[in-house]
Amino acid sequence: MATAPATDVKGQDAYTAAQAQQDAAAHHATRSFKIWRGEAGKGEFVEYKQDVVEGMVVLDAVHEIQATQANDLAVRWNCKAGKCGSCSAEINGMPKLMCMTRLADLEADKPVTVEPMRAFPHVRDLVTDVSWNYRVKTQIQKFQPRAPDAPDGTWRMQQEDIDRVQEFRKCIECFLCQDVCHVLRDHHKHEEFIGPRFLVYAAALEMHPLDTADRVPELRQAHGIGYCNITKCCTKVCPEHITITDNAIIPLKERVVDEFFDPIGKLVKIYSRRKRK
Amino acid sequence: MTEYQTIEHDVLVIGAGGAGLRAAIEAASQGVSVGLVCKSLLGKAHTVMAEGGMAAAMGNVDDRDNWRVHFADTMRGGQYINNWRMAELHAQEAPARVKELEAWGALFDRTPDGRILQRNFGGHRYPRLAHVGDRTGLELIRTLQDHGIHQGLDVHMEVTILTLLKDGDRIAGAFAYDRERGRFRLFKAKAVVLATGGVGRAFKITSNSWEYTGDGHSLAYHAGAALQDMEFVQFHPTGMIWPPSVRGLLVTEGVRGEGGVLKNRDGKRFMFENIPDNYKAQTADNPEEGWRYTQGDKNSRRPPELLTRDHVARMIVSEVRAGRGSPHGGVFLDISWIKEKLPNAEEHIKRKLPSMYHQFMQLAGIDITKEPMEIGPTTHYIMGGIRVEGDTQMSTVPGLFACGECAAGLHGANRLGGNSLSDLIVFGKRAGEHAAAFAKSNGSVSIDAQQVDASARGALAPFERDGGEGPYQVQESLQETMQDNVGIVRAQPEMEHALQEIGKLRQRAARVGVKGNREYNPGWHTALDLNNLLTVSEAIARSAIERKESRGGHFRDDYPDKDPAYATFNFLVRKDGKSGEMQIAREPIPPMPAHLAAIIEEMK
Repeated sequence: MATAPATDVKGQDAYTAAQAQQDAAAHHATRSFKIWRGEAGKGEFVEYKQDVVEGMVVLDAVHEIQATQANDLAVRWNCKAGKCGSCSAEINGMPKLMCMTRLADLEADKPVTVEPMRAFPHVRDLVTDVSWNYRVKTQIQKFQPRAPDAPDGTWRMQQEDIDRVQEFRKCIECFLCQDVCHVLRDHHKHEEFIGPRFLVYAAALEMHPLDTADRVPELRQAHGIGYCNITKCCTKVCPEHITITDNAIIPLKERVVDEFFDPIGKLVKIYSRRKRK
Repeated sequence: MTEYQTIEHDVLVIGAGGAGLRAAIEAASQGVSVGLVCKSLLGKAHTVMAEGGMAAAMGNVDDRDNWRVHFADTMRGGQYINNWRMAELHAQEAPARVKELEAWGALFDRTPDGRILQRNFGGHRYPRLAHVGDRTGLELIRTLQDHGIHQGLDVHMEVTILTLLKDGDRIAGAFAYDRERGRFRLFKAKAVVLATGGVGRAFKITSNSWEYTGDGHSLAYHAGAALQDMEFVQFHPTGMIWPPSVRGLLVTEGVRGEGGVLKNRDGKRFMFENIPDNYKAQTADNPEEGWRYTQGDKNSRRPPELLTRDHVARMIVSEVRAGRGSPHGGVFLDISWIKEKLPNAEEHIKRKLPSMYHQFMQLAGIDITKEPMEIGPTTHYIMGGIRVEGDTQMSTVPGLFACGECAAGLHGANRLGGNSLSDLIVFGKRAGEHAAAFAKSNGSVSIDAQQVDASARGALAPFERDGGEGPYQVQESLQETMQDNVGIVRAQPEMEHALQEIGKLRQRAARVGVKGNREYNPGWHTALDLNNLLTVSEAIARSAIERKESRGGHFRDDYPDKDPAYATFNFLVRKDGKSGEMQIAREPIPPMPAHLAAIIEEMK
């Protein structure tokens, strides 16, 4: 191992020093943030001025404000890498992940507004009660695989047959699609409609090459797929770029139509007694 | 009198990442009542960030692979101070655990003949990692979550454990608060499984989320359990370094597995310059052979970029120290060069490394299919943790189990990439199974009201110090202390300095004040996490001072060589029952049975 001196005169490792030097050269600016503060639906925007460094995302600024100006500012976050879907919020009115929204992409001369998701009950500041989503998921029939293909208990699947389902399984459950869906956001049909997230979840199960359950009747009835009128708002806000409407919801709607409104197809189905996959 | 809600379970699992979920599913399948507690929402745990894959010697891509090779690779990577029984069980059981995930709905990438595809990773002799692009952790946690919600688990989301409760020597449950309302909860349980993950938030530059504050390590330590190997912290060689706000964010080892190379400022592939002796026989000595290996040529040896993480991280640091680093103080990681080799390289990179492509595009404005990334080491994982019995995962406290990152043993001095996700499911299952058995064969516990009152008083104390220093400033000072003094390259004076600083930080932490009320108050949560961070930081520093050699993740400038005398024992950290001080002791490693020693000899 090459052995350069461990520390420089300031007692700092040369590696750390190289990075600190770069930090010192980074561009700074003061920006204004209007953050929704309050509890249980009551609240107001509070404006904060914050020094920001080049490359920062909205979540970084919220953290800085939390650490230096408002210790009790409530915000959910985990990975800060766009992988966990915890830091969903409405930034300048658009549903986004705070950790993946760069300040450089927002208008510099206007305050950045940050509000909680509006389709769910408010808890505090930027935190909402998303527990409804967890209840909905339990109501969807679980994965039920066919018998294994090989004696060692494994299955054979071709990559091209699972590409579509893998797209759906990229979902990080940020619930931004639920937030933007007018059926939930404006019409509050939470008891009759499972929303885009769980239509994607149902589609991932229905199109899974190994699954044998039939979720089409419940999609039509209890899960209210008919409420979706394909405005594609959900697809637009998905941070994972899942083509929710075209690839998940429309094919499910077609299955509902085939199963319930196509008499010839229904007869064929009864005789073949096979579930289409 | 403290007001709280009491909830009773046979088995309480603390932590709902891969290990905790798997433990909870297993315990529930044994017919006991199971509570699952997590600090975040379900499905958000740190497991979602795992990218590359899970190691299991299924031999789908190279049929020369089997559990014996995996065992030997794991022991070699861990520099032979691993718990060999855990390394054996892990290598033997990982394939069954991976296949079980498929039966629960996971969809791994496929081989041409339709089986689970496996990829190359550092330190693994054959392609061994089952994966889904570069989002394998998400697939693991979602599969367990979606299976688990139908198994009758009682999930308590956004709940933080304050202290473990004991009934005599035995574990009796845990005292907690819910983050949303700030109300206390008492969990009474016959057995407790800790699955709380790691300690990365003790360092400034880390790939870890806020949850990684060493809760399980600290809870177990204060409950009288022994911690083991705490000096071994893994610094992942490839974290983002620019812009500053993303420094530490992980860049998957999969980039190198797919052919990515490391270069210094002069464009030189410096990894060829220093290949450790025990890896020389299985490492390529020219770029062409290395490339062929990444493309599946069975007769080629792996490129030196795929040496173990400890070695690669140190090589990067020494390049930067020698003044050959990249503009922002790291080195270059280049995958775009493969366009020289592959006709559709751009599409190939986007398909194999989709999250990396988006991460760099969105956060750094870098197109990795066209230009190199700048990377540097980032705190990633702790090999050390709660000492457990290999078969059952029970700690030195009866009824207290641990699995996943917060447990020690499997990885020894350095963990191989891909061995973490498999660790979670192999030992998560074992911990759940044995915790359930313990709960069934032991009677009910009683709660000591004094322990509960003391915990509640301690938790509320920061509110009475309104006007005290803020918790975030103390946390930041600790992170800087650990980063600068107990980091990738260590030496005695710096580590002793760190211990002194930790002592001062304890005093500052005891004076921290919190504003606002108990409802969803991150300032309060951060103040309470400080105790855990300080405990694990002290354990890391003390153990690192004692190990006067360099081995795996622990590298000392003042003792740069490996010393065989340190290969025969592990360091254990315990809380002294009387003084409350941290004690450190040497625990001999039991001799390896002949059948395992023969494997090591054969695979040398």
